[in-house]
Amino acid sequence: MNFLKNTLAGSLVMAGLASSALAADDTIKVGVLHSLSGTMAISETTLKDTMLMLIEEQNAKGGVLGKQLEAVVVDPASDWPLFAEKARELLTVEEVDVMFGCWTSVSRKSVLPVIEELNGLLFYPVQYEGEESSKNVFYTGAAPNQQAIPATDYFLEELGVEKFALLGTDYVYPRTTNNILESYLKGKGIAEEDIFVNYTPFGHSDWSKIVADVVALGADGKKVGVISTINGDANIGFYKELAAAGVSADDIPVVAFSVGEEELSGLDTTNLVGHLAAWNYFQSAESDLNEEFIAAWKAKMGEERVTNDPMEAHVIGFNMYIKALEAAGTTDVDAVREAMYGLEVPNLTGGTAVMLPNHHLAKPVLIGEIQEDGQFDIISQTAEVPGDAWTDFLPESAVLKSDWKDLGCGMYNTDTNSCVQIQSNY
Amino acid sequence: MRVFLLALAAILSLAPSLQAQSGSGNTPVQDLLQVHRALIEKGSRKSIAPAIDAIATSGLPAAQTVLQTWQSKDMWQREEDGLFFRAEEIAKKTYRLYDFDSGDAVGDYDKDALDQLKPNSGVRAMIGTALVVFQLSDPDPARRRDALDALQRDAEASHLAPLRASLEGETDPEIKARKEQLATLLTLRFGADDTARIAAIESISTDISLDARAALNMLLTTSREIAQGPVPQGVNVAAILTPGEDMPEAEAYAMLADKGLAPPRLSPDDIRNTLAAHIDGGKVGGVPLAALNTDAARATAYAALVEAGLAPAQPTEAAIKEALAAHTIYDAYAEPSAAVTAAAEDALAAIKTRVGLNQMLDLALDGISLASIFFLAAIGLAITFGVMGVINMAHGEFIMMGAYTGYVVQQLIPNYTVSILVALPLAFAVTFAAGVAMERLVIRWLYNRPLETLLATFGISIALQQIAKNIFGTQARPLTSPGWLDGAWVMNDVVSISYIRIAIFVLALTFLALFLFIMKRTRLGLETRAVTQNPRMAASMGINPDRVNMLTFGLGSGIAGIAGVAIGLFAKVTSELGSDYIVQSFMTVVVGGVGNIWGTLAGAAMIGFLQKGIEWMNPSNTLAAQTYMIIFIIIFIQFRPRGIIALKGRAAGD
Amino acid sequence: MTRQPFIARNPSLLIFLACLALFTLLVTVFSEAMGTGLISTSFVKTLGKTLCLCLVAIAMDLVWGYAGILSLGHFAFFGLGGYMIGMWLMYARTRDIVVTSMANAEIPPTDAEVISGIGNQIFGVVGSSDFPLIWAFSHSLTLQLILVVAVPGLLALVFGWLAFRSRVTGVYLSILTQAMTLALALYLFQNDSGLRGNNGLSGLQNLPGADAIPQATISLWFLWASALALALGYGFATWVVSGKFGSVLRGIRDDEARVRFLGYSVEGYKLFIFTVTAIIAAIAGALYYPQAGIINPAEIAPIASIYLAVWVAIGGRGRLYGAVIGAAFVSLVSTWFTGGQVPSIPLGFYTVDWVDWWLVLLGLSFVLVTLFAPKGIGGLFDLITDRQSPMRHGQDLGPDQGALQEKEADS
Repeated sequence: MNFLKNTLAGSLVMAGLASSALAADDTIKVGVLHSLSGTMAISETTLKDTMLMLIEEQNAKGGVLGKQLEAVVVDPASDWPLFAEKARELLTVEEVDVMFGCWTSVSRKSVLPVIEELNGLLFYPVQYEGEESSKNVFYTGAAPNQQAIPATDYFLEELGVEKFALLGTDYVYPRTTNNILESYLKGKGIAEEDIFVNYTPFGHSDWSKIVADVVALGADGKKVGVISTINGDANIGFYKELAAAGVSADDIPVVAFSVGEEELSGLDTTNLVGHLAAWNYFQSAESDLNEEFIAAWKAKMGEERVTNDPMEAHVIGFNMYIKALEAAGTTDVDAVREAMYGLEVPNLTGGTAVMLPNHHLAKPVLIGEIQEDGQFDIISQTAEVPGDAWTDFLPESAVLKSDWKDLGCGMYNTDTNSCVQIQSNY
Repeated sequence: MRVFLLALAAILSLAPSLQAQSGSGNTPVQDLLQVHRALIEKGSRKSIAPAIDAIATSGLPAAQTVLQTWQSKDMWQREEDGLFFRAEEIAKKTYRLYDFDSGDAVGDYDKDALDQLKPNSGVRAMIGTALVVFQLSDPDPARRRDALDALQRDAEASHLAPLRASLEGETDPEIKARKEQLATLLTLRFGADDTARIAAIESISTDISLDARAALNMLLTTSREIAQGPVPQGVNVAAILTPGEDMPEAEAYAMLADKGLAPPRLSPDDIRNTLAAHIDGGKVGGVPLAALNTDAARATAYAALVEAGLAPAQPTEAAIKEALAAHTIYDAYAEPSAAVTAAAEDALAAIKTRVGLNQMLDLALDGISLASIFFLAAIGLAITFGVMGVINMAHGEFIMMGAYTGYVVQQLIPNYTVSILVALPLAFAVTFAAGVAMERLVIRWLYNRPLETLLATFGISIALQQIAKNIFGTQARPLTSPGWLDGAWVMNDVVSISYIRIAIFVLALTFLALFLFIMKRTRLGLETRAVTQNPRMAASMGINPDRVNMLTFGLGSGIAGIAGVAIGLFAKVTSELGSDYIVQSFMTVVVGGVGNIWGTLAGAAMIGFLQKGIEWMNPSNTLAAQTYMIIFIIIFIQFRPRGIIALKGRAAGD
Repeated sequence: MTRQPFIARNPSLLIFLACLALFTLLVTVFSEAMGTGLISTSFVKTLGKTLCLCLVAIAMDLVWGYAGILSLGHFAFFGLGGYMIGMWLMYARTRDIVVTSMANAEIPPTDAEVISGIGNQIFGVVGSSDFPLIWAFSHSLTLQLILVVAVPGLLALVFGWLAFRSRVTGVYLSILTQAMTLALALYLFQNDSGLRGNNGLSGLQNLPGADAIPQATISLWFLWASALALALGYGFATWVVSGKFGSVLRGIRDDEARVRFLGYSVEGYKLFIFTVTAIIAAIAGALYYPQAGIINPAEIAPIASIYLAVWVAIGGRGRLYGAVIGAAFVSLVSTWFTGGQVPSIPLGFYTVDWVDWWLVLLGLSFVLVTLFAPKGIGGLFDLITDRQSPMRHGQDLGPDQGALQEKEADS
């Protein structure tokens, strides 16, 4: 039986060697680390297709640095340890120059030690909870101050909400985001008993009790608003129950951070009109670049497909990488990293995105109301907000800052003026 | 120019009879809009109030139209001159503009030449409140209802008089009732004389509606205050708090320190920072730096600093006690009249008991609903596992197949009612066929090997799940219920249950009856029971056990398919739909007692109510409820291994 | 009859150990750290993890193939072992970081400050900063190593005692173990459980104090440790099943009631084997997760334990090498298929992409194995060694239909 195992092992090694031997030396290899199977496949497959489309377009323009780009797609299958394994494979066996990938926080945390050890480069395109800044990761999605905080401000100032229900799926992003929001709201004078927090499991479907609890919050005459970090499929049951309970957006508005065009396409939105979502991008954003992008996407993938925020993050990340390559003249990770700081590329909503020394982007924050056709009506758009790796609203993080350009440190304590750690905590 | 326009607007609003074209060539309402153009364009709730007020109080005949148009997002601005119009889309990207005053079409414009004004819902609510006075007596009942909705959300003292005035002419009995209720609520909040207010409070002391409770609670808002010495005169005190009893002493002292009434207590961090600020030649207060890694050493060093006058002293316990004794912490009502707050407290206490009872009722309804979902998911299993003893791990995937059948039917038949009526029997047929195929091909070879059945059906389960993913993708698919199942049956503001859940409940009852009928009254049921009890004897009586097993298994699977449609309607259709329910379904059957449909019912009821009960005790963590429920079941099975309703005697077999 | 020596009675043990030694040697020679670098570090890690999976498969085979208890909870014990070692790894590594960073401060930190700093680093991710009670021993490697064995062992002991005492058997027991696994997974999914919820424990591949040592070397260490553990586990399992104890176990599997009437304490035997295999699984997990780098509750979801049963069934139940073959074969083939390196099959109208269809293939092949080859891959060795099953023309071995049938009870 060991014979069997060894043969198999041998053939696997051979397969690995063969595929790397096939790849010519004069290409720039782009690793795509998105789950193509398992629970996250729906969200991540779209991003893989986006990357393939971008690479194809760039190659049509003649590549970069006189070389063609070559995509290396692997499937970590929504299995978090597999993300680390595949990342190692990409960096050591395939020897890719850059990786675009991950969706969930836990997959990113799984990959972090590997890319820091092997000095890789990862572009992470999804909104996340912050409290992290790795030398080897560029965060092109929103940090909490680019999504959660402006949306909460909108609730406080524009809608006059006085009582908050923070509903989330029980995992890191909602936990940390809600933690930040709780602290932020208390700073804004909202009393602790006016903040209701609830966590539900992934894919939760029995929402009647929770919706009833939220409605009951209105009993003391304060205006109630729901901030939802509910993830994925569970949203469907939640919105169905909201609609059934007759909760209108005028009475109890819901702002969601994880519901985009893609998620709404699985729903009948007639009863949800007026509820909100906060993102850095909506398909309905009016700009020429966006129109071009949507047209290209639909031409490639089909008329009924929609675009969403993480896709825009990949577009920005990819364009920045190309620019950084041109500026650095090499694919060397450290040189590219240096070249990234301060780079500006147009974003799809009509402004420009700037890469900051803390590896986050400056992006505008958009708030949209759900419409009957499953698209968002943009009712508020801020100027570009610089992403903040360490939130200012938690006492432990307020003293931290990240500056890879001048300080060379992702976790710098401004109280003691010392670098807490160069490598990330996972 | 601005000043001129302002003056002009003022003149115009003073003299509404001057309807003629003004100097700017615009209609008066347009001028008014132009005056507030910047605010309107900004559209922020914080700053918009002057603009809305100006329009609402202008007395112009077009004011109501303008506000309504603005509220419904139909107001557009022409980019070239910044004028506002009502717009209608007449073709893709082309809009026709209408003047507010005359209602005449102004012209057709490309979308690029126009800007839509998108008031956010906060601004829309303010417009709604401003519209109340116009709409309370509007001939259109829908408008009157809008006005009442706006009043319910955000009422002001000034609304009381117009509301009372509009009561007189109200013809619609339903709207009139709402108006009367709102008038009571406004009276108790804004009424001028206390007796009237107390009367209003007493009149709603049996009302458990959210509005009534909200109105009462608003009367009872308190703020926490500190007074040096006793509570000052003239304050309507809700409660006086004793530190150490009503609130922790540390918290009370922190409040004093916050207000600057006492020196703050120093935290370990403060001490460390102070020490760090006074490092002197490798020593602080005479203690070497390296020794400062214990709290005791730090305290010594800090004491030395205090002695040298370099740092504030940590307040002593005695000083803290003294400071607390010298102050009174109390909660004060914002409402000055003690009689009103006392009446409101009484009314709320009376309402609270009612609300509690109603909440129990609501929880019970939720429990019944969850139980019926579990029952529906498990009833097919009660046949295949309970009666036949076959462990079918792919049961969940049959539920999923049913749900996807519903989805596919809905793609083909757009009418939701018809599609559901088609989907139910079709789902049964599809999963019946799948069940029969599985029984023929796999399960019949494994009747004597239950563990192998478990594993083989598990193999089928992962294959089916993956096939579903390959066909339909991993994204959740919509299965939309027909319009008549939308909404909820609302008993009052506390107790309500959605129609879709009622439908599932009815479906579960129907299947219970169907199951009983088939098992007790039909030939198939008789033969099934015979084959289960003693296959050889049944065979010698002329029953074909193969055929009976096949049909029974198909029946169980078919019911799973129908359950799938129902579950898909209330939640979502994904390839993992089945695996979400499979463990709970087995639990339901095992807890209830294998081989007995009443047991399954009892099991479902127990699990449903238990889960809701735990959720009620710990409302912030639904996941914990599921965990504790499973642990409870494991323990329960220790004491009743055969379930709630155990078969006795020979029927139990072994 | 004189008793033959242990080795002579179990020739397969020597063959197995020789193969394992050869395998380890070959991997070492071809690895990046020690040899030619033909085998990449990530593949060394995969092989090391596979050895751990083989070990847990042996545990599963003992409890299912020999004692007839289809436990759907052994991967939970595996995961618990990983959690226990993971707690120390995280604590110790974070401690190093915190101490280094606090050394820059002007005032040296107190112990309480160091601990709160560690807590902040570990739990900051999940919005907390205090150490829950279950981390009480995480500062000590020795204590935490004891917990690797003690926690899953105790859980198995308590659960097994409750279940066997009330005579829960067969499929009921399977469902009950599955429920236990689900409850444990759901519990760990909660952030309140104190083990970082859905994020789990991560960065486990970085050994505390071994920053300077490249992963290539560390991965090889773990491969050796896993090989050693597998060898010991295999030896132990062979010893357990070869003596009288093994006969009683097989007796319980084939007809529990008869063994009970013969005066054996069936419950005691079952409880012993259940607990011992849980401990073996935990040790395998403690070696597995530092190689995987991250452990989280998804790892111990019920499906994982079912896969474990699948591996053992495909490899061949009731023989130890069968379990090893099954685990190694299925998990490696699975890696190969999901790696996207298998060429797609274009059918003209549809392209079979193995990333999508691999699970379908696995599921169906599993059904086929159950139906047509209950002996699994291990059955091939019977063909080679020309070992014949006793022919009893399909008669039951026991008095009941529920008892094992002839074709699967020949080992």
